[in-house]
Amino acid sequence: MKKGALVRTLASAVVLAAFSGTVYSQQEVKIGLLATLEGPFAAGGADGMRGAELAIKQRNGMAGGRKIVLIKASSDAKPDVAVNATRKLVEQDKVDIMVGPLSGGEGIAVKEYSKTQPNITFINGSSGAQATTLVNPSTNFFRFNTEGAQWMVGLGKAALDKGYKRVMVIAEDYAFPYSQVQGFMSEFCRIGGKVPLKAWVPLGGKDYSSVIARIPKDIDALLVVLGGADAVNFLNQYEAAGGDKPMIGGSITVSQDVLNYKGKRRDSLVGTISAGPHADAYDAPEWKAFVADYQKNYPVSSGAYPTPSLFALVYYINMKAALDGLDAVKGDLSGGQAKYRDTLAKMTLKTPVGDVKLDANRQAIGTAFITEVVKDAQGGLHNKVLRKVDGVDQMLGMKKEDFKVGSRDEPNCP
Amino acid sequence: MRFRQWAWTLVLAVPLAAFAAWAIWDNAKLFFITLLNGLTLASLYFIVASGFTLVFGLMRNVNLAHGSLYLLGGYVGFFVAEKSGFFTLALLAGFVAAALIGLLMQVAVFRFMQGEDLRQTMVTIGLSIVIADLLLWGIGAQVHQMSAPDWLAGPLRGIPLITAYSKYRMALLPLGIIIGVLLWLFLNRTRIGMMIRAGVDDRGMLAATGVNVNLVFATTFAIGAGLAGFGGVIGAVELSMVPGEDVRLLLASLIVVIVGGMGSVVGAAVGAIILGVAETYGLAYAPTYSVVFTFVILVLVMAFRPRGILGQAA
Amino acid sequence: MNAGAGRLAMGKQGQTTFSASSGEASEKRGLSLFPPVRVATEPWQNPVRAHHLLVLVFLIAFPIFATPFLTYQIGAQSLAFGLIALSLTFLGGYGGMISLAQMTVAGIAGYMLAIFGMSGEAALSLGWSWWIAVPIAILIAVIAGTGIGWLSVRTEGIYTIMITLAIGVAFYSLCLQNYSVFNGFQGFQRVYAPTVLGINFREQTPFYYLVLACAFGGYFLVKYILRAPFGVALQGIRDNPRRMNALGFHVIAHRVAAYAVAAFIAAVGGVLLVWYNGLITPNSVGTSWVINILIIAVLGGMRHPIGPFIGAVVFVLLQTFAIDLFDRERFNLVIGSVFLAIVLFSPDGLLGLWAAWKRKFLKPRGGIK
Repeated sequence: MKKGALVRTLASAVVLAAFSGTVYSQQEVKIGLLATLEGPFAAGGADGMRGAELAIKQRNGMAGGRKIVLIKASSDAKPDVAVNATRKLVEQDKVDIMVGPLSGGEGIAVKEYSKTQPNITFINGSSGAQATTLVNPSTNFFRFNTEGAQWMVGLGKAALDKGYKRVMVIAEDYAFPYSQVQGFMSEFCRIGGKVPLKAWVPLGGKDYSSVIARIPKDIDALLVVLGGADAVNFLNQYEAAGGDKPMIGGSITVSQDVLNYKGKRRDSLVGTISAGPHADAYDAPEWKAFVADYQKNYPVSSGAYPTPSLFALVYYINMKAALDGLDAVKGDLSGGQAKYRDTLAKMTLKTPVGDVKLDANRQAIGTAFITEVVKDAQGGLHNKVLRKVDGVDQMLGMKKEDFKVGSRDEPNCP
Repeated sequence: MRFRQWAWTLVLAVPLAAFAAWAIWDNAKLFFITLLNGLTLASLYFIVASGFTLVFGLMRNVNLAHGSLYLLGGYVGFFVAEKSGFFTLALLAGFVAAALIGLLMQVAVFRFMQGEDLRQTMVTIGLSIVIADLLLWGIGAQVHQMSAPDWLAGPLRGIPLITAYSKYRMALLPLGIIIGVLLWLFLNRTRIGMMIRAGVDDRGMLAATGVNVNLVFATTFAIGAGLAGFGGVIGAVELSMVPGEDVRLLLASLIVVIVGGMGSVVGAAVGAIILGVAETYGLAYAPTYSVVFTFVILVLVMAFRPRGILGQAA
Repeated sequence: MNAGAGRLAMGKQGQTTFSASSGEASEKRGLSLFPPVRVATEPWQNPVRAHHLLVLVFLIAFPIFATPFLTYQIGAQSLAFGLIALSLTFLGGYGGMISLAQMTVAGIAGYMLAIFGMSGEAALSLGWSWWIAVPIAILIAVIAGTGIGWLSVRTEGIYTIMITLAIGVAFYSLCLQNYSVFNGFQGFQRVYAPTVLGINFREQTPFYYLVLACAFGGYFLVKYILRAPFGVALQGIRDNPRRMNALGFHVIAHRVAAYAVAAFIAAVGGVLLVWYNGLITPNSVGTSWVINILIIAVLGGMRHPIGPFIGAVVFVLLQTFAIDLFDRERFNLVIGSVFLAIVLFSPDGLLGLWAAWKRKFLKPRGGIK
């Protein structure tokens, strides 16, 4: 008898919790925010949340005449965890708009989930896998940030300008680096560059000695598309092994995480070219205002970075899109949010790094920045802007028939 | 019996020799660099795994928190190096910090669970999760890359054939050998070492001869944990410190001990060499299949010598 | 050392814990963690009580009063994990072999289903219908699980944890690094439950009932086996393998067979889990999930087949609602501390706590004062 009583009490408690989550007023808009707050991308996820919150703060928590209620969720870069968290936000907490997730694999999984919830609008966080909007896109999943391949447009030419004709690729073995390498190589190969060897390193592997041993003598530079810990590690081991080839960085390689790392080897990074959706030293007024706003609201003492990271910027852009859209429809989310989504698909979003429009797959067409690492007066490292390329679309300037999603073997020009 | 042993040695050695011959002909520099890489990695694995096998051999305690101790030692070493600037001090600090925590674990928790091996192991699992998360909370998820000391930084040049090799990595070879020799001396030439070896063979008899078993256990656990912490500081330079390394090194220790033999320090050396070399050659010559080699070795050892290559029946 | 300490050192059950000879370490490892369970062999010794009926009615009626979200994310997920943890409880609690490879076996079933069945990776999946793909996946997983068992039983109890953990991680690394079969880090997306006889099992309620049916199946299978001669022999082998060997039972064969049964249960759980998530990636079989299944099994209690399900419900509830109660980032700390507390103070998990509470507060009237 008692065991059943325990189970029943548990059940009623759960039911109560379930119903208590659905109380909300007609005047509020609930936005769910998902980022990775655990695991290897935890620092990036925390910054992403800061970016998103900044977008809300800038409008005093209102959009379209309605109050914004933000509900946060966390994942740990695992797709199943991300879907569970999204499902909870959408079905249990009843959010109207969903912003997230952070990593590529999660993005694909959340996109698939979004197809089961046609009346909710899903906007990307910072996930940058090509397949999310190119393969089986979802009609209610919007991505206002450019993805991994788009970020690298222009870098191929910059590499050849620096005299790098033969480049070796060292990248982690998953979808995001594939897209980064494709973005680089599609241009580089076309204008005469050669990539004799690609070394795909298993995720989480820390021992680069084998890869370093295989670096051929006759290459001019290394394209290193490693993120966070792996990049730091590689640089260390490469220097110790007597390596001296210059490096070309992927978008997450010479990001804040790496430029800020607590070690003595950062000086070797000066002069590295890279490409990405932003650059610290970009001097447009919108960008400067964004950086100042970030620094004012999130001083370094609170755990934030000295300047906003890629994650902060991209989450900010996507959240801003959500809020701008709400403004445009004056807060009208009725009719299964059809009008809202229509507005999102057609609008031109003003971001700190230029204008963004969406293509037919609801993927952003935006700007890529080519950067070079320089040291400033205080001894800190940051990225100086060499050039920027506007209007980069997901086809990378190729015709649709010629385009293939980046993979381990595609593209190829040995 | 002798024929069987010869047959097995041939079956294993011939393909390896053939591979080595081909690899040297194909790219000798790569082959020898990989060999060095494998041996130096094995050195690190040996240092960490020897602590694990010591604790297991004597106290039958599968300490799955060994990886967390590695991480803890690494972080402590990192901060000491940052503040003081002395690498040797950092090494010592890493060893001592991990040893203290290990001592605490033994005296406060495991002492009361003597004989309940399974329960002890579960406790170590719980402890590893808690310690790892506390470290993540306190120190954060960023990379902590420790720099090698100035006298070990940079490449060692002028080596025939391979031209240059990391000084720090090269130093790991003699370090591993020294640690191994010290451990051997400790176990075979000191009184406490004698008691530990006796305890591995027969705990009951050891207690019956009037030895303070608890003291012996506590010392062993402290040394085992300390070795993990010491390895952590070494790894902080070579591989960097980040949450997740604890699991990696724990698993490497597990495999080393399973392959080499549980409870045997020499076995740990053998296992470490096999694992380090297999992993490195796998990564260099067939990156997508390197784990398959490790797995095949594991399965072969478990199928034919379940106690490990040098494991004793205990 | 005085005699008292000697007795203490000899372990709770009075058996020799420091055995000089080889082999029979299973006598001495922590059996005190799993006290012997009274096995009822006659039906009248195990009647259907009122609380059994209540739980049954509650489970069947759950989708009626719970929201679809709860039905799916809490109900179906807990039951699927509970099934996998049940296989661990069966092996560990009744077989004395704590195998951390159960999640691996479940993962093998999931991956095989994705490879033989339909998924988003047209190049790697064979695209066979579910009624061919599912039995093949389960068959392969059972064979793999039996193989893992065969490798692990040749050493004693405590080594099983190490070996199965190492195998689990090796499989994870294989899935992560291999692209030609397992599609590496991406894994397989869009692995969905089929539509059978007009019922779309991707919907929350039909899927819940499917998982519930499988959970019932697993639960009653285990209960039946435990009362059958095989199960009784298994528990005897857990308690004293040397004696069972002397009685003529083939110890190794029994243990391997137990692994096979557990693999079957875990494989079914694995298939359900893949359908629940709609995808499978290497992280689904990584170290954290391998350990989580152990936590679930220990949390609930290994003394009764209902334990893993209780553990799974608590775990999933915590995981889902953690962010509302406390910082989701510290979830690992909380679950680790809970696990630690359970192992230190109530090794029989929640069921043990429940039994202790019953003993304390429900003393019969008129008892001895």
